[in-house]
Amino acid sequence: MILQSIAFILGTTLMYATPLIYTSLGGTISENSGVVNIGLEGIMFMGAFIGAAVGFYTHSGWIGFLAAGVVGGLFGLLHAVACITFTADQVVSGIAINFLGPGFALLLCRLTFDGAAMTVPLPLDEKISRPLNGLFEQNSFFDMIFNRYSTVYLAFILVFLMWFLLYKTRLGLRIRAVGEHPEAAATLGINVYKIRYFSVIMSGVLSGFGGAAMSIAIVSQFRVTLISGQGFIALAAMIFGRWKPQGAMWACLLFGLANGIVIFMPRTGLDISSQLLSMLPYVLTLILLVVFVGKAIAPSADGEIYEKH
Amino acid sequence: MSEKKKLTDSPVWITMISISFGLIFGAIILLIIGYNPLTAFTVILKGIFSKPKYISWTVIYATPIILTGLSVAFAFKTGLFNIGAEGQYIVGAITAALAGYFISLPPILHIPLVLILSIGAGAFWGSISGYLKAKYEVNEVISTIMLNWVALYLNNFIVLHDKVKREGSEATNKVLDSAQLIFANTWKTSEAGISWRKVHPFFGDILRTPANGGFLIAVGAAIVVLIILNKTTLGYSLKAVGINREAAEFGGINVPSNIVSAMAISGGLAGLAGAVQVLGFTREASALAASEGYGFEGITVALIGANNPIGCVLAGLLYGAMKYGGSKIQPAIGAPYEIISIIMGMIVLFISMPKLIKTLKLKKKEDK
Repeated sequence: MILQSIAFILGTTLMYATPLIYTSLGGTISENSGVVNIGLEGIMFMGAFIGAAVGFYTHSGWIGFLAAGVVGGLFGLLHAVACITFTADQVVSGIAINFLGPGFALLLCRLTFDGAAMTVPLPLDEKISRPLNGLFEQNSFFDMIFNRYSTVYLAFILVFLMWFLLYKTRLGLRIRAVGEHPEAAATLGINVYKIRYFSVIMSGVLSGFGGAAMSIAIVSQFRVTLISGQGFIALAAMIFGRWKPQGAMWACLLFGLANGIVIFMPRTGLDISSQLLSMLPYVLTLILLVVFVGKAIAPSADGEIYEKH
Repeated sequence: MSEKKKLTDSPVWITMISISFGLIFGAIILLIIGYNPLTAFTVILKGIFSKPKYISWTVIYATPIILTGLSVAFAFKTGLFNIGAEGQYIVGAITAALAGYFISLPPILHIPLVLILSIGAGAFWGSISGYLKAKYEVNEVISTIMLNWVALYLNNFIVLHDKVKREGSEATNKVLDSAQLIFANTWKTSEAGISWRKVHPFFGDILRTPANGGFLIAVGAAIVVLIILNKTTLGYSLKAVGINREAAEFGGINVPSNIVSAMAISGGLAGLAGAVQVLGFTREASALAASEGYGFEGITVALIGANNPIGCVLAGLLYGAMKYGGSKIQPAIGAPYEIISIIMGMIVLFISMPKLIKTLKLKKKEDK
């Protein structure tokens, strides 16, 4: 029974951490290149809609997932054009995207789903697959933890790939150089604009995935309240994880775990207010920030406008 | 020549251009999705101005976001980004709902007391982030995001508590008459009130809405903020920290205590927004499934208002008008209401890119 409970909590942790991981990886790559992207929330919102809508019309969760990445990338491009080419204040541009993402998502939703603010749910067999389904005995310990939608595994693979990209490749070195000291990077012949465009567009793609991981894996449809703050939590997770992919992943897992415990608690029959319990992850984050992390160190040029002279 | 150049580079000019571009962009989107933008804008304008009660509704919509806008703008001025106006608003609102119901006093004492308590609650909530930043260098963006959620769940916990919850609802009891800010709330439905409203159609129509003193409080707050920022030593040192932290420190300003004060004042303004909304409009606090967005709308208001207190009042009215007027296009012509978010988002996006606007201007000159 205890094992079952642990498995349930861990399984739920993985499930809820996944959308956050995608989005926080998006934040990580963008901010490592020196562009703050506070618009993750809005892009996630859009990704959730596109994933569910395209998935519904093409009868394929995967096409929906990819489409969410593409449209997320377009929003990333918009942020890039504003911040990099037109030297916009990055926070302000991000705020704008947080209005545009939900605005366009709901507008398109009403146009394509008869005026409704939610999409028609995907049938179960058209959702993203569960590759390990049947590998373990049903409702066994491992089944409850690891029998997850592919998006969950993909998220962890992407954490590794992002780590590899940032710390083991030339491109990653350039991304970080541009984020630390764009002027110096430029004198070494690095095209600051190109690197930043790439990073910001990627952050859009990943946030789009994050939204879709919510709408076509955790649930089966997009609705107005589906994305309410996850983008900001992913942003917080990235800061909490000190702008590193693996750090962000651990922070997302922490949020996922807290979520798992909140969902699990009612089953125990303990009389703890679910409202107070829901507060826990946020209070915990604050405490951990104070106790363990102290000064979070952002890339030096994070948020700074770069102009070629 | 030089004077003219100054005018066209000013923030006001850039704001005006951005607003026009936002509206044009909205019109193009409407056209693409098959609605006549002229009809849509006519519906919006009529929905705002054609009746006194519409104007009153616009002001009611604008009131809380003017105050959250002031909150965000004040923090911006001191170099802080307060994403937490949302949470500070929530604690202000729940405080007002509790103090407005459980305390009973004559109106002349009750209203100020509730307002002060709500400002205090918001200020406390804001100063937590200020303290964490000053003492532990915790980024205020992340701490305010966390505190928004804590505030939301705290609000739900209190609202749904047995002693607080109104029977059969997910909200608190309505605040007492002595605490509410709605103009002539009991008189206007009395016999004398009804006959007076018949004789005075303009004011009578306004009294059909919960017209309230909140807007006056918001304008008063804007003036107070203006005075704090421009006429006091506190404002001077806060702004100095905002412009250059190191230089301010070198100049003998106590930076950490300034950060806490700045966040407290900013939070207090957002708390006041919550109080005004409860005392003047909803008269209750409800359990929330997601945040209501007043804090985020406040960020937009602050940006459109160029972080200027008077600018915030005007930008808040613009946003309130778009929200209220925009709510009429769906029933009238079927165009999705979300076009308003898109227009507001585009306005903010253009405001963020003064370089784009300047580039366009240069191109135009070359064409000539």
